[in-house]
Formats: sequence, structure tokens, C-alpha cells
Amino acid sequence: MNIEIEELAKEFGTSRALHPVSLSIPSGALIALLGPSGSGKTTLLRILAGLEFPTSGRVLYGGQDATGLSVQERRAGFVFQSYALFKHMTVFENIAYGLRARPRKVRPTEAEIGRRVSRLLDLIQLPDIGSRYPNQLSGGQRQRVALARALAIEPRMLLLDEPFGALDAKVRKELRQGLREIHDRTGLTTVFVTHDQEEAMELADLVVVMSMGRIEQVGRPAEIRAKPATDFVRDFTAA
Amino acid sequence: MSDIALTRPVPVTTEPPLIRYLLIGVALAFVALFLFAPLVTVFVEALRQGWAGSLDALRLPDAQAAILMTLTIAAIAVPINAVFGIAAAWAITKFDSRGKAVLITLIDLPFSVSPVVAGLMLVLLFGAHSTLGGWLIANDMPIVFAFPGILLATLFVTFPFVAREIIPVMIEQGRAEEEAALTLGASGWRTFFTVTLPNIRWALLYGVLLCNARAMGEFGAVAVISGKIRGVTATMPTMVEMFYNEYLSVAAFTLAAVLAMLALLTLLLKSLLEWRHADLLAATRRH
Repeated sequence: MNIEIEELAKEFGTSRALHPVSLSIPSGALIALLGPSGSGKTTLLRILAGLEFPTSGRVLYGGQDATGLSVQERRAGFVFQSYALFKHMTVFENIAYGLRARPRKVRPTEAEIGRRVSRLLDLIQLPDIGSRYPNQLSGGQRQRVALARALAIEPRMLLLDEPFGALDAKVRKELRQGLREIHDRTGLTTVFVTHDQEEAMELADLVVVMSMGRIEQVGRPAEIRAKPATDFVRDFTAA
Repeated sequence: MSDIALTRPVPVTTEPPLIRYLLIGVALAFVALFLFAPLVTVFVEALRQGWAGSLDALRLPDAQAAILMTLTIAAIAVPINAVFGIAAAWAITKFDSRGKAVLITLIDLPFSVSPVVAGLMLVLLFGAHSTLGGWLIANDMPIVFAFPGILLATLFVTFPFVAREIIPVMIEQGRAEEEAALTLGASGWRTFFTVTLPNIRWALLYGVLLCNARAMGEFGAVAVISGKIRGVTATMPTMVEMFYNEYLSVAAFTLAAVLAMLALLTLLLKSLLEWRHADLLAATRRH
């Protein structure tokens, strides 16, 4: 599903987190929102998910206006920076949460939920951890469980906030590959936020460079490297 | 002389035995003198005339009315304050509003105001001399020297306990788990019951137990507003005082012992729950 962002702005009190920005995200693309902290990239991601509402502007999902849709109606799979797994639930219950929260009419049976959860556990290559609690998992495992939980609701798009931020370098490389594979297999439009230009350049089809609430440049990694649009982009991507 | 250091390693992470035993001794002596001894005294005094004397004291209509009054008040005040406490903590921690600091101060108000003053405030507000109080009395709904007054005083005094216990836990938890539940399609209520409530349940339980202990034990505010009418508005603590002033020491200490046992029972309940759910508690605790 393609996403259109039209003149989106967000103010917190008197400070502007986002100047009016416009962006069009093609269906099935893997997009990186790249920028330093305070650049507005997380705000933009949270507006896409329906966790924040814009001061002005519109968001279109597949050509339909989604600006007024509640977070539940958006059906966006969201992976939080520190994963936000439910600590008091097992991995199985975490992944099943979204399915069990559905209205009775469209809720799968428990047997069906069990099958779907084990399929997702296979997808993240952790088939045997269903009965564990989040604090019994490594950082990398938690990230993958968070991904499985987000995928369980059959989301219309996948949004990830600094998905590799809390991991050490080696695990980070492995999981980058993992995200790429899951993206290619599901074909979901995927947007992730990062401050790591190497990560963005290596993983994304399209990189959106942001600074101070503005979009500085949008392009394929090679284009951005070859022809940085502004001094900021040149400095930031050279680092 | 270097072999001395090898054969007798100097413990660097602990104090010398003398200091250790001294500190442990002081702590134990303190607990024995200030916590254990008074508790034992209450029970010893209550049983001064044997079990029969104590049971006779409990058969006094005034004592039974006081016990019923206290249990009724606690049974109503604790659930109300649990709900209000959760609502207040939720409002303070999950939303950014301008009145936040004022609200936190207001929640603490009952802690900083003397219970006697709290009782007096309610008397002034709802008493026969105020317009509101006059109207209520004229319409046969007296507050002062009646059940509603005792309930209001108890609610006021015990208000902070639940909120105070929950707020730090909610602040530490942050909002991410709730937001995650919402993105997964859960409604606000479902998020509250399946994510927020389980995360705060231990703090909530502890707050409720403290609230309950205080609701049953409150003296000052209740003494002022209830008028201490025997058999009508006397609660256990105020009845204990009245018995004691009348030199009915067995009755006074028996009622006091029942009050103490109710408190011990709630503590026992808490320990039992913690013990039964120890594995879950360990699994969900942050590391």
C-alpha cells in the first residue's frame, strides 16, 4: 500500500517539530527516515501510526484519507524503540495479543491463533521461545519478538522506531539482514527511523534525510551519496 | 611478613565482626522495643482477665457496633479510593497537562493537613451553621455526627495512599506498552485491563492495604466529625479511647487487639500473595 504525506506539520505548544513536509512512499518500499535527534523523524513516524495527530496536513493510505483514523483503525504494525513488549505476558501471549484484541466476529479461534503464532515464531527463527517471558530473552530476540507481534495483526504497513538502536554491532548486522528478508517476504511497505547513516544506506530502497523538522533530501542511497542536495546532507552522510 | 597477608586475607567488603554484631544488635533491640513490645502489651492487657473476660468485652453492644461501623467504612472507603487513586495516577502520568504540578500537590494535601483539622473543615462545611449543612439537615440528610461524615473524613484522610504508591511505578513504566497495545488494535479499556493494571498490580495491592489499615485506624478526623456517639457513630479507634477513659481497660485493649489483628491479617495476606506469585513476580521484574 502506498502512503502519501501532504504538507504535514506538527507543533508542540510553541515549538515546531515538523514544518510542512510532503513525501510519497511507493507501495512495498523499504524506507529509512534518517536524521539526528530532534530532526522530526520519530514525530513523522508516530503521525503515520496514529499515535500523534498533525497540526495540519493530510496522510493518505492507498489513496484514501487516513488523517482522522484512530490508531486502532490504522492497523500499522509498530516496533517501538525499546520494543515495549508486555513484561507480564509470555512471548506467545505477546504475539497473540493483537489477534485476541479483535472484535469477536473477526477474532480467529484459539487453535488458529496458536497456528499463526507458531508460524510467526518460525518466521523470526525462534520457534521454541513461546513460553518464555521478555526478560528471559536477549536484546536481539526481543527485537524479533516485537517484530512478530507487529506482524501478527496483518498490518497494512510496518513502522519501526530505531529498531536496532539498543543492540550491539554484531547483532545489529544480523538483524538488518533479518528485517530485509522479512520485508521481501511479506511485501509490506516499511518505514524505519534511524540516526545511523550506514544502516539507512545499506538497508533502505529510499532514504529520507531530515533535519530540524524539514526533509532535506529524498533519494536512493547511491543518489544521496553521489549528489547530496544540501551541505547538511553532505556532512551528515559523510560521517 | 608477606605470608601474613597471604594466610589472613583482610575482608574489604564487610565490617569487622564487632561492628556487625553491634549494628545488628541495635537494629533488633529497636524493633523489639518499639514494634514488638507494644504489640505484645496490647494482647497481654486484653487477656488480663482470661479469654472469658475478653469475649465478654466483645459481646458489649457498643463494641460490636463499633466493629461493624469500622468494617463498613473500610469496605466502602477503600474501593472508592482505589478507583480514584488509579484515576488520579493515570491522569498525572499518562497525560501532559498544565495543572499537573497542582494536582500532585493536591493529592498530598491530606498527608500534610492534620486529621483533626480535616475533621473540623468537614464540620464547618457540612455542619448546622453552614448554608449547605443547614439545607442538608433540613432535608433529613445530616452529614456531621452521622455515617456520611465518617465516610467523608475517612475518604479524605486515606485518599493519597493508592495514588502515591502507583504514581512512581506508572512513571517508571512509561507509555510505550500502552501505545503498543493501541497499535495492536486494543481499545482503551482493554489496554487498561490487560496492560496497565497488571503492570501496577503489586503497587496497587500495597496501596490498598495501606489505605485499608489507615481507614480502619483513623482517629482524629473521625473523632471530630462523628461526635463519638456510642452505638451510633463510634468506630473502633474512638470506642477504644472511650472504654479506656472509663477505666474499662480489658474492653479497651480487647478492641485494640482486634484492630491490631485486622492489620496483621492484611499484612499476612500481602505476604501470602507475594509468596504464591513469587515466580511471576521475579519473571516480570525489570533487571
